[in-house]
Amino acid sequence: MSKLDSKIPEGPLDKKWEKYKSTIPLVNPANKRSLEIVVVGSGLAGAAAAASLAEMGYKVKVFCFQDSPRRAHSIAAQGGINAAKNYQNDGDSVYRLFYDTIKGGDYRAREANVHRLAEVSGSIIDQCVAQGVPLAREYGGMLSNRSFGGTQVQRTFYAAGQTGQQLLLGAYSALQRQVGLGNVELFARHEMLEVVTIDGKARGIIARNLINGELERHFGHAVLLCTGGYGNVFYLSTNAMGSNVTAAWKAHKKGAFFGNPCYTQIHPTCIPVSGDHQSKLTLMSESLRNDGRIWVPKKKEDCIAIREGKKKAIDIAEDDRDYYLERRYPAFGNLVPRDVASRAAKERCDAGFGINKTGEAVYLDFASNMKYKYGKQEALVKGIQNPTEEQLHALGKEVVKEKYGNLFDMYKQITGEDPYEMPMMIYPAVHYTMGGIWVDYNLMTTVPGLYALGEANFSDHGANRLGASALMQGLADGYFVIPYTIGAYLSNEIRTKAIPTSHEAFETAENDVKERINKFFSIKGTKSVDHFHKRLGKIMWDKCGMARNDAGLKQAIEDIRALQKDFWANVRVTGEANEFNPELEKAGRVADFLELGELMCIDALNRVESCGGHFREESAETEGEQEGEAKRNDKDFMYVSAWEYKSMNNFELHKEELKYEVIKISQRSYK
Amino acid sequence: MSGNMNLSLKVWRQKNAEQKGELVTYPVSDISPDMSFLEMFDVLNEKLITEGQEPVAFDHDCREGICGACSMHINGRAHGPNNGVTTCQLHMRSFKDGDTIVVEPWRAAAFPVVKDLVVDRSAFDRIISKGGYISVNTGNAQDANNLPVPKVDADKAFEAAACIGCGACVATCKNGSAMLFVSAKVSQLSLLPQGKAEAKERVISMVNQMDEEGFGSCTNTGACEIECPKGISLENIARLNREFAVATAASEK
Repeated sequence: MSKLDSKIPEGPLDKKWEKYKSTIPLVNPANKRSLEIVVVGSGLAGAAAAASLAEMGYKVKVFCFQDSPRRAHSIAAQGGINAAKNYQNDGDSVYRLFYDTIKGGDYRAREANVHRLAEVSGSIIDQCVAQGVPLAREYGGMLSNRSFGGTQVQRTFYAAGQTGQQLLLGAYSALQRQVGLGNVELFARHEMLEVVTIDGKARGIIARNLINGELERHFGHAVLLCTGGYGNVFYLSTNAMGSNVTAAWKAHKKGAFFGNPCYTQIHPTCIPVSGDHQSKLTLMSESLRNDGRIWVPKKKEDCIAIREGKKKAIDIAEDDRDYYLERRYPAFGNLVPRDVASRAAKERCDAGFGINKTGEAVYLDFASNMKYKYGKQEALVKGIQNPTEEQLHALGKEVVKEKYGNLFDMYKQITGEDPYEMPMMIYPAVHYTMGGIWVDYNLMTTVPGLYALGEANFSDHGANRLGASALMQGLADGYFVIPYTIGAYLSNEIRTKAIPTSHEAFETAENDVKERINKFFSIKGTKSVDHFHKRLGKIMWDKCGMARNDAGLKQAIEDIRALQKDFWANVRVTGEANEFNPELEKAGRVADFLELGELMCIDALNRVESCGGHFREESAETEGEQEGEAKRNDKDFMYVSAWEYKSMNNFELHKEELKYEVIKISQRSYK
Repeated sequence: MSGNMNLSLKVWRQKNAEQKGELVTYPVSDISPDMSFLEMFDVLNEKLITEGQEPVAFDHDCREGICGACSMHINGRAHGPNNGVTTCQLHMRSFKDGDTIVVEPWRAAAFPVVKDLVVDRSAFDRIISKGGYISVNTGNAQDANNLPVPKVDADKAFEAAACIGCGACVATCKNGSAMLFVSAKVSQLSLLPQGKAEAKERVISMVNQMDEEGFGSCTNTGACEIECPKGISLENIARLNREFAVATAASEK
């Protein structure tokens, strides 16, 4: 493949990064001061990168659409962050974290990238603790760990159910320090609407000041996209309302290939949809699966009785409960990876065992651990002899409250039910996108000088991301990868003077943006932007969601193309261009989602195999112990799909073959 | 699945920072008690768009109570009638059919209105940039477990660090003081051994910036603690005051 060079360094896997790191060209401190870097997005990847690069001496500009960089959606990550510290003495190592991540990703990620991720994971924890991030601790003052899906060691560091918040505030404080020192210029309430390229290199961006609508030109010797994932293409997801693909999509249309767009993570434990007014879905952290057991009734009549409100979960006898994850996957039980857990929930609900009004929910039940694990422990500690069931429940409740209090409160707020007394009802929902802008080992896209970090790139999670690995990757990219790898490019740019933004490339890019904005207002249609977003979401969820097939995907592509036409003919965008206008912002984002949705379906159609979060109904095991499980096709599909934008509705596939030198490929079994 | 509540909303409309604003009344119908307050606003906005009117601008993002973007003053209370929740986590079951609900932006000298219910809270960022951090460059850190932190201190630091920067404390305070916000960050960092080295400079510099931004002074009424959606405690203000007294006494020597 001529166009795709992953630039993976030579040498044995466990020495690649170390060796490469010490041979990447450097930029001397005096030259750094005249090199400018544009960072778009202020989440874990963006804030960490911007702070680290500014500390090194580069001139950095940071852009975010939120009113403060502290509100980037990394803030909402709940459960934790993985690191191969082996503090628990349970056999963890860099190799194991690497192995779990590759296996968890269903053998569709690059070995070298994932190994580097595992190598730097420990430093992330060190850095965050030094910044004053209050991670959970044991009584001895040491850091505490918990388990997450897809692993058999305890390597997840956490801060109650607010780990993302605490890590982001750490990165944000490092960023604000650099703002205070004058090394970073901050542009909040700014949205990037175009990448500017000159002679094939990324040289800046066009951003819209969201307060007054002005279009601004910003030069950079390099541009870093740290703009998160595109889960909101489904309309309903656990993403924030503002999370969008626009920056990544603009880059894509300017020549950055899009990697594995169809790899979407559907998270098994979210609060089920309650009605069509719903604007977003809320995650209940995977860490709850440490202490919760997932089940549905064994008998259909019980399910029907529950749906009709005649029975409650606690009325179902122990023997009449089907703990289906423990039944199907005895080795990992409730801690199977997310894609496996989600499909298993769907399977039960499709078979008629769902337990809420819509038939699309299963139970996540804490009663057993609350009483018999934590309750008993506390009773022992407190010296209570022969505690009653009620006492055990009350004692255990306090422990659970300390571990997951904010999640339980959130559940109660949203559903009006008390999860300390009744099991939670949960159902899978769109959560994360493993796909993203294709990048090489340096995190550079196919456009020189344009980088993608964190969830915005495709690189480390293969076809399925393990829990607590997104925070790890975002921070790894920002703190410990880009500060080194960017030198490979910028060391050749020290003679490039800052290009004045009067350059014609800026002029053209700004005019393109202006034209598009005017187009939105000129349509004067009858339907709101949300109307189209919801329709797109429904197509995506029904046909490119947890299960996909040939006919459905072909239909989806047709439906989306029709919807694109409808959008450009009938959308109504209120207000004006030169003012604070959230409807205009949404219109731009939905227009891009409409194009991305099509590409996701094209990619899903091309990949006639099941792997990770991508489940093709045509490719499942039909017999034996693995019956019904996803079936990979390594012979034909062991590659990264990197799509090149040619023109509207026209994308060309490039393949990056995946080579596994260290890991032995096998069927991913959690049984 | 729409519901059966009918409400009358009185919403603050203001085109931009320069123009004057006013309360405008909008009826909304078929509201479900399971909707969040913001989803009820989605319904209102959808209706306004269909009628060719301009929708109400309001800040919101995560809609799960953690980003701190949402900021409505509802019936005279920041984030509405319930304690311990943000507006996005307020659900319509907390209201009754037929209610009239008054919705205004945060009101504070240091938070000018941008449009309708949206205000400018960038003063908070500027306060953080004046010391709300530990000066440690990437790569400087030692092994995380080399520095044991007593669980009690770590837990307290975490409780202070749970602040979401929404500004409800400022909007609630009759003086428009940001003391709860500033003290939460000062406390988090001064409770941890990592933060001790810069503790004195930090508290002075952050308090100075707070004053410069036009926030009022704290007169210990305690309203901020009640309205804080994350339960940030007044203890933090006491801690800031102690830190500040010690720091200024030391710097006068």
